[in-house]
Amino acid sequence: MATPSNVAIAELEEAFQQRIDREEKIEPKDWMPDAYRQNLIRQMSQHAHSEVVGQLPEGEWITRAPTLRRKAILLAKVQDEAGHGLYLYSATETLGVSREELTEQLLAGSAKYASIFNYPTLTWADVGAIGWLVDGAAIVNQISLCRTSYGPYARAMVRICKEESFHVRQGYEIMTVLARGSAEQRAMAQDALDRWWWPTLMMFGPHDTDSAHSGRSMRWKIKRQSNDELRQKFVDQSVAQAEFLGLAIPDKALKWNDTRNHFDFGEIDWDEFRAVLDGEGPCNHERMEARRKADEEARWIRGATLAYAEKERVRSSTGTES
Amino acid sequence: MSKNLPLWEVFLRSRRGLEHKHVGSLHAADPEQAMQYARDVYTRRLEGCSIWVVRSADIHASQEGDAAAFFDPAEDKVYRHASFYDVPDGLKL
Ligand SMILES: [Fe+2]
Ligand SMILES: [Fe+2]
Repeated sequence: MATPSNVAIAELEEAFQQRIDREEKIEPKDWMPDAYRQNLIRQMSQHAHSEVVGQLPEGEWITRAPTLRRKAILLAKVQDEAGHGLYLYSATETLGVSREELTEQLLAGSAKYASIFNYPTLTWADVGAIGWLVDGAAIVNQISLCRTSYGPYARAMVRICKEESFHVRQGYEIMTVLARGSAEQRAMAQDALDRWWWPTLMMFGPHDTDSAHSGRSMRWKIKRQSNDELRQKFVDQSVAQAEFLGLAIPDKALKWNDTRNHFDFGEIDWDEFRAVLDGEGPCNHERMEARRKADEEARWIRGATLAYAEKERVRSSTGTES
Repeated sequence: MSKNLPLWEVFLRSRRGLEHKHVGSLHAADPEQAMQYARDVYTRRLEGCSIWVVRSADIHASQEGDAAAFFDPAEDKVYRHASFYDVPDGLKL
């Protein structure tokens, strides 16, 4: 195949951008700039890894859930997150990268996942706080991504958002019960909010002015709203929710701003954000160990099922009975 | 007996951004012919902007008889739906 000349590529890029400007989705077999493809692979696989690693902090509480009802709900939620990982991995595979490569990147540490999952779940209230805040923040981001320019990603987001709404509500329900409970339970709920609030705000990523890929991602409509816009939306919606619970958001600078028509809030500890992303969070090591162990311990199962399928195939094609 | 043309299942994307949906099947000798026929049979009125054809023999379907054992376990898990949870008045959740 002849390589397209620079002129031809410039024309293709022009047509590609026009398609995006017309709000048309890009589909797997369409021509796309290599940087668009790479950008998507990075973002979508990061997203997929986050769904999968995100099962770990909550998963620790399945056996310790306070009632059978809570156990069934938590199990269903964690099961959903596994499904979300799958939707996203398969959407990423439409870009020509294999599931195995993506897993390798995660295990080798060259691919990132959401820093929030490197924090520990110390009490049952943390399960409530994760559903309420972490899933709540994820939904704000994911609703925006339902309009992303890449078709398979957008469709995966629509499916995921439909399933996510129960995650937030079950978390908020846990918080409501604790907030109306004994003094000790209320303290537990407050403590969880205190520990999860700031890491949740970090989920939206660096400020727009410091975000490496932001401008291009917005022009290509991979991202539809900026990190700071989405973070603001989350803060604005959380204030009334915390108030209803009678819990205090741990930010002295949090205050309604009449001119902006938004809540002002304090500065994030970006050193902490970077440190956790670079592997120095409280649970980074534990999380990666868990993923590595899962990968290694399931390897023989994948091998065995493949060997069995191959044997069946040979058996049916030769018509022999064992 | 002469050899029959194999059966193909046809999937159409009606509009950019939407998923392919099953619309029907047809007989054809190879993928190219199946594609041509699908175009002629299923998109005469601009019903689609993209076609997938898949050999019917490559589709494995769940069995009607297994439906109960297969799908019933989801029946009593109402808590998987957001509507299972009460939302306090005035709050958006
Ligand atoms: Fe999820
Ligand atoms: Fe979730």
